Amino acid sequence: MEQLWAIAITIIAASTPLLIAAIGELVSERSGVLNLGVEGMMIMGAVAGFGATYLTGSSAVGIFASMLAGAGMAMLFGFLTLTLLANQVATGLAITLLGIGLSALIGENFVGKQIERLPNFHGIDILIIFSFVLVGLVSWFLFRTRYGLMVRAVGDSHTSAHSMGFSVVGLRYACVAFGGACAGLAGGYLSIADTPQWVENMTAGRGWIALALVVFATWLPKRVVLGAYLFGTISILAFVVQTMGLNVPPQLLSCTPYLVTIVALVLISRNKRVLRANTPACLGQAFVADR
Amino acid sequence: MKKLLISAALAAMALGGTQAHAADKLKACWVYLGAIGDMGYTFQHNEGVKEVQKELGDKVETVYVENVPEADAAGPIERLARDGCKIIFTTSFGYMEPTLQVAAKYPNVMFEHATGYKTAPNVSTYNAKFHQGRYVEGQIAAKMSKTGVAGYIVSFPIPEVVAGINSFMLGAQSVNPNFKIKIIWVNTWFDPGKEGDAAKVLFSQGADIIVQHTDSAAAITVAEQQGKLGFGQSSDQIKFGPNAQLTADVDNWGPYYVRRLKQMLDGTYKPLQSWDGMAEGTVAMAPFTNMPDDVKAMAQKTVDDITSGKLDPFTGPITKQDGTVVGEKGKPLADGDILGMNWYVKGVDDKLPQ
Amino acid sequence: MPLRLEKRAERSSTMALVSPLIAIALTLIFGAAVFASRGVDPWHGLYVYFVEPLTDEWAREKMIVKATPLILMGAGLALAYRANVWNIGAAGQLQIGALFTGLIPVYFSNWQDPSVMPAMLLMGVIGGILWALIPAYLKVRFNANEILTSLMMVYIADLVFDWLVRGPMRDPQGHNFPKTVNFVGWQTLPHWGDIHLGALFALVVALGLGFMTYRMLKGFELLTLGSAPRAGRFAGFSAQRAIYFCFALSGGLAGLAGASDVMGVSHQLQTPYSTPAYGFVAIIVAFLGRLNPIGAIFSGLLLALTFLGGEAAQTSLHIPDKIAKVFQGVLLFFVLACDTLVYYRVKWESRK
Repeated sequence: MEQLWAIAITIIAASTPLLIAAIGELVSERSGVLNLGVEGMMIMGAVAGFGATYLTGSSAVGIFASMLAGAGMAMLFGFLTLTLLANQVATGLAITLLGIGLSALIGENFVGKQIERLPNFHGIDILIIFSFVLVGLVSWFLFRTRYGLMVRAVGDSHTSAHSMGFSVVGLRYACVAFGGACAGLAGGYLSIADTPQWVENMTAGRGWIALALVVFATWLPKRVVLGAYLFGTISILAFVVQTMGLNVPPQLLSCTPYLVTIVALVLISRNKRVLRANTPACLGQAFVADR
Repeated sequence: MKKLLISAALAAMALGGTQAHAADKLKACWVYLGAIGDMGYTFQHNEGVKEVQKELGDKVETVYVENVPEADAAGPIERLARDGCKIIFTTSFGYMEPTLQVAAKYPNVMFEHATGYKTAPNVSTYNAKFHQGRYVEGQIAAKMSKTGVAGYIVSFPIPEVVAGINSFMLGAQSVNPNFKIKIIWVNTWFDPGKEGDAAKVLFSQGADIIVQHTDSAAAITVAEQQGKLGFGQSSDQIKFGPNAQLTADVDNWGPYYVRRLKQMLDGTYKPLQSWDGMAEGTVAMAPFTNMPDDVKAMAQKTVDDITSGKLDPFTGPITKQDGTVVGEKGKPLADGDILGMNWYVKGVDDKLPQ
Repeated sequence: MPLRLEKRAERSSTMALVSPLIAIALTLIFGAAVFASRGVDPWHGLYVYFVEPLTDEWAREKMIVKATPLILMGAGLALAYRANVWNIGAAGQLQIGALFTGLIPVYFSNWQDPSVMPAMLLMGVIGGILWALIPAYLKVRFNANEILTSLMMVYIADLVFDWLVRGPMRDPQGHNFPKTVNFVGWQTLPHWGDIHLGALFALVVALGLGFMTYRMLKGFELLTLGSAPRAGRFAGFSAQRAIYFCFALSGGLAGLAGASDVMGVSHQLQTPYSTPAYGFVAIIVAFLGRLNPIGAIFSGLLLALTFLGGEAAQTSLHIPDKIAKVFQGVLLFFVLACDTLVYYRVKWESRK
């Protein structure tokens, strides 16, 4: 029992940052903006969260700083793609490159420093609980509120949303900023709660997984939970299987999460009905108001 | 665009071209695989460089290039050779071919390649007997573990890593013949998240002591959080686990670097293949902490015996996992056997990835 | 909103030429600020970073060697992106290309006559194409988002490469270290100084694709599908064929980049293999070159320069290598931002 709980808590800790980052990206994509810069925003969140916690001694400040850093990067993305109408794919990649470099530069003085880990009860900390609350809130927001309806309308058809009098660019800015704050928080989770230290490149590709999860979930918040936990479970089980002495090449096990994502993508994408019902039709397209 | 660059070049040449070099200093250069902030392998090399600066002061100018990918190393190495470096240390195994390539072009520059096996008239190799430290750790683990199981996080099945596992196991068996280890291959030298997850899984599987052959301090951090024990890797990681770290096998490159540069300065430098260990101070143990005095005494005695040459972790006969026996009774294995090690000793409950 | 964009009736050809220059200038100003903030004289910093490598024969050669895979991949990606086919996985295609190339020296080490060289290059191209066709097939057959599948394939390629080079393809005399036997004789590319034959491929490919884009029907077809999918479909062009074609082309070129990298530079496969990281840089190359294969030649050289400059800044200015990444990111930002000028007029409006 104790052993199962220990593995469960490891899976939860591995899944939480994926969940938080993916739910943020989901909102952004629902509004029609594909932000490939999740990894960059996440790593900036990690360094900002650690740095702020280290400098102030308060993990609350750290959490706030990580969200701010992620949102800041997202606003930069927004300025380029929404105001200057630059290509979203390329801009997202730029955010990732910049985030990795910039965080390493900012973090030079934080390497090897120590902070107090985020308080937790048997491994369950406030952010883990918050991640589920977040999913509930996002789900409620998108499907039960007027603003959520507006966001979805903007993502599905920005021209008709515009003619209905919605501020397409304004709503998209808000969604992108929210996505950035979530990505930043996910990074902060790694550096404040999971392994409380700062090292360069510590997100190690998790941002890209979060992106895949959004598609895996067909843009439905509840399925993001499923995806994130499936992914977390597989990556941890790959380790558990090894300790049991089963003779499987470790590279093959490390492959499974990516293979599963591809298979899931295929299964979901071939079902046009599911896909059409939830895919933001304007995903990745720039919007210019022609008055 | 070209024109712009050229005119900018002309403008800037007047400004930049006058940089004077301190010609009489010995310029010693390092090529690092990771960032000096990795708190592990590269960090330790850089600590060695700091010792050079302290010991030799203004007689030596030190320069480093960090984050150099292995397949891409020829460029940075050659740049250093052209920039007037008299001796260049390339600190990762993967730099072997690029080092040899560049060395052939610059016969007057001395090259020192860490952990490789190919040499040339101006290419030396240097390595450390990391496995000596792991023997001591194995003994400590067998004494301190309540469950009799240690968790071992490893990167890639290269001989250095395999020898480390075997040496740890032999050390542990010398105290408790039934000692067990559980091994997780994470297939990376550096991913704190993954290393931390592996540590958590190992603890959940009954291990109560963690050992690692990966580069970050994540595992010892997890041990600290869970109130378990562990060993630091490459460098003293006590600040990440003040209540968890028993000791750490510290790569102490300083003495080697200082010795070689002194030889350069006084003209006695000769290319060679060196494989230093505790005796030369290249492998050192961090202070023994979080353990009772009798364990400390035992560990210290082992360290002393290895240092004096009385004890060698790989002393024959050694039974392999498949039951065959290697080594003559009372004689240590040949260096080549250890440097090319691709088998487990008996008692390791894992299959070596091939 | 005070800033407003107004679409130009036609893309401004002046701006098309000027905007990359503005972007580079802005990056230089940013660079100067970074150097100043770290206590380095900005002029000297910029000189070491962007100019010194050009003044020296050796560094120019290195720049061309670094630019070779970037141009090969950038040119292919430029074409694909124009057709709205988002191949993000050039990194993996390069790696599988290199792996296929390595099969010949590993398993037919005695094959030593002039025919082995084209055979190995061909293997590289085939490897790249095959790997690229997977996301293409998934897109056409199942409508799976190619950005995500091609990206996932990068991780899988890396693990497959790692598994094979560490295991079956390992050099038996190599002390268990994760590398293959060295490629020798005809298994390597001829070279002049450090520059190897791959540089010529890059030049020919980029020019050839540039020609194709503007002169031939295939080019027109791709352009139409990219900028106006519906019009393209009416004209009878097949979107599916375009997807296969673009993936095969950009994947094959990435495979060629991998083949020429291992045959021209490292002369062996080893893991971890770092060149694939350039697969992502190649995306910047494609955009900086204005999605024009010929432009990729210039942008590839410029990006190669930022790598060399990063090394130079480390050795002579003692500035950490992260700066190179920041510069690349910032450069891409400014390029994208300035691109706007090509299609839009920027207007400042006072509030109503």
